[in-house]
Amino acid sequence: MAQSKTFDYMPATPGDLPVDHDDPLHGELLKLNMGPQHPATHGVLRLQMVLDGETIVSCDPVVGYLHRGKEKSAESLGWRKFFPHTDRLDYVQPLMNNIAYARALETLADIEVPERAQELRVLLMEISRIMAHLIYLGTTAIDLGAVALFFMTFTEREKIYELLDAYTGHRMNNTYIRMGGVYADIDEAMAAEIRAFIDAFPAKVDEFEAMLTGNAIWYGRNRDVGILTREDCLDLGLSGPNLRGCGEEWDLRKSEPYCGYETYDFEVPVGTVGDCYDRYLVRIEEMRQSARICIQALDRLDASKGGEFLLEDRRYVLPPRSAVHSSMEELIHQFKIVTDMRLPKGTAYSSLESSKGELGFLLASDGSAQPLRCHVRAPGLLNVQAIPRVAEGRLFSDMVAIIGSLDFVMGEVDR
Amino acid sequence: MTTLERLAAILPADSYVESPARDGILTLQMEVDALTEVLPRLAPEAGFETITLVTAIDHMDANGEVRGPRFEVHYQFLSLEHSDRVRLILRVDEDTPAPTATGAFAGAAFMERECFDMFGIRFDGHENLRRLLMPEGFEHHPLRKDFPHRGIEPDKLYNQWNRERGGAPS
Repeated sequence: MAQSKTFDYMPATPGDLPVDHDDPLHGELLKLNMGPQHPATHGVLRLQMVLDGETIVSCDPVVGYLHRGKEKSAESLGWRKFFPHTDRLDYVQPLMNNIAYARALETLADIEVPERAQELRVLLMEISRIMAHLIYLGTTAIDLGAVALFFMTFTEREKIYELLDAYTGHRMNNTYIRMGGVYADIDEAMAAEIRAFIDAFPAKVDEFEAMLTGNAIWYGRNRDVGILTREDCLDLGLSGPNLRGCGEEWDLRKSEPYCGYETYDFEVPVGTVGDCYDRYLVRIEEMRQSARICIQALDRLDASKGGEFLLEDRRYVLPPRSAVHSSMEELIHQFKIVTDMRLPKGTAYSSLESSKGELGFLLASDGSAQPLRCHVRAPGLLNVQAIPRVAEGRLFSDMVAIIGSLDFVMGEVDR
Repeated sequence: MTTLERLAAILPADSYVESPARDGILTLQMEVDALTEVLPRLAPEAGFETITLVTAIDHMDANGEVRGPRFEVHYQFLSLEHSDRVRLILRVDEDTPAPTATGAFAGAAFMERECFDMFGIRFDGHENLRRLLMPEGFEHHPLRKDFPHRGIEPDKLYNQWNRERGGAPS
C-alpha cells in the first residue's frame, strides 16, 4: 500500500469557517455568475453564487450548455455507430470511453475478448489516465497561478498525442476500440516508442512534484480546502480519485477487476483527509502507477506477439478487409453487421475506473439493431454536484481550487 | 451472506421479484410502496453505502403503444464493504411519481433531475426537481420515445420562448 506523501497539520473543524467579520462588504449579499465561459470552470460550467463579502453563501451549478443529446443519438444510430460519439464524452481521454462502451456491449452480448486485446486495452487505458491527469494538473495549476506547469504538462500530453496519432491514426477522438477487441495490432516500432515515453515519464512527474508539492502557495491554496470526508463522498456518489482522497481504498481495478487488472502489479494511492491537496497527491501517484502498469502491459505484449487482437465472432465483428474485397459472402456479412447488427435482448451495466471515477454504460436492448436505451453513468456529473457541498462557507478564491481538484469534463457531464 | 440474503432481511416478504440480468447484477423488480420503504434502509442495514445511478427506460414502441406501465426506473447501489451491486427496478406510468432516493443519498439529486428532464418522471420528495440539461421553459422530454430523433425546429422553439417573455417573433 503506497501511501502518498503527507504533511503534518491539523484539519480544520467544521465550525471554523473563514468568514471575515471585518470585511466591509460582510452582510451585503451579492449574486455572482461564474461562467459559462469562465476560463477557470474548465468548460461551459456556470456557477450561480451568492456571496457575502468574499464568502460563498450558496452555490448552484448549472450544467447543460454542452448537451448534445448523445444518449438520444445512440437510439437512432445503432450499436456500432455510437462508438465515435463516446470519444466526445470525456474528450480528454477518448480511448477510456471507447473501452467502457465496448465492455458494456460485450457484457450484453456475452463475449470474451482475446488476451492480447485485453493487454492492448490496459495499455491504452493507462495512457488515457495519464493524459487526463496531465490535463487536471496543468489546468488546475494555471488556475492557481503556476503557469509554467501548464506548459510542462501539455508538452507531455503532446507527446502522447503524437504516439496515438501514429498508432491509432488520430490525435484525439481515436475510435480505436471495437467490440471484441481493438481495431489494429501494435507493431514493434510503435511499442518501442511508447516504452521510451513511459520510461522517461516518471522523471517528469518528479519534476511536476518538485514545482508543486512543497510549494508554499500550492500548499496553502489546496490544503484544508474542499474537504470531502468518506461519508460525504459516499453520500454524493463520488468515486475515483475524489473518493480515494479521503482514504477509502476503492478502485474498480482492484475490487471488480476487468481486462486482467488483477494480474498486474500496482498500488492504489489514497489520501488522508480528502482535501484538494490529498486529491492532488493521489493523482500524482496514480500517474506513476499508471506508468508501472504500462510497462507491464508492454512486456506482455512483447510476449504475446502475433496473438489474436480482435475476436473472430462474425455475429459482431467485421470480416477482415482483404476478405471483403475478394468474397461475396464476406461482403454481405460486412453489410449485415454495419447496417443490422443485433444484440440479445436484456439490460447490461458495465463500468470501469476512469480517471474521474466510475465510468459506466447502461445498455438496454430489445433485440433490435438500435439500443432501447444507452445511458452514460458519467462520474463528472456527480463531481460537479459535489461543488456546493465543499464550496459553501469557503472563500471565493477557494472555488478555483475546488473546481480544479474535483476534476470533471463538461463533455461528459452534459453528454 | 449473499447480496439477496442481505436485502431479504430488510425487504418486506413478496415485495420483490428477482429478474435476470445479462451483467450478473442482482436485479429486483419492486413496487412504489416497498421501494419507498427500503430506500432509507439500504445504507445502514444492507451495507449499500453509495448510489451509482438513477435512470429510466421508456418502453413505448415504434407504434406509440405501451404494454404495462410506460417507464422503467433504475436505481443502482453499490456496497464498498461487500464489493457488490444491486439494481432496483420500478415500473411507473406517466402520472405516477417514483420515490426519491435523495433522502438517503444526496448524490441522487442530479441524476433524478436528469431523469425528470429527459423523461418527465416525477420523483416524490425531491426538493429541487428542476430541469438539468435542457433549458428552463423547454416543454418536452427528449428521451421519450415519442420525441423526434432529429429534435424540434429551433426557430419554432425560439419564437415560442420569445413570445412567453413578451418579445417579438424573429
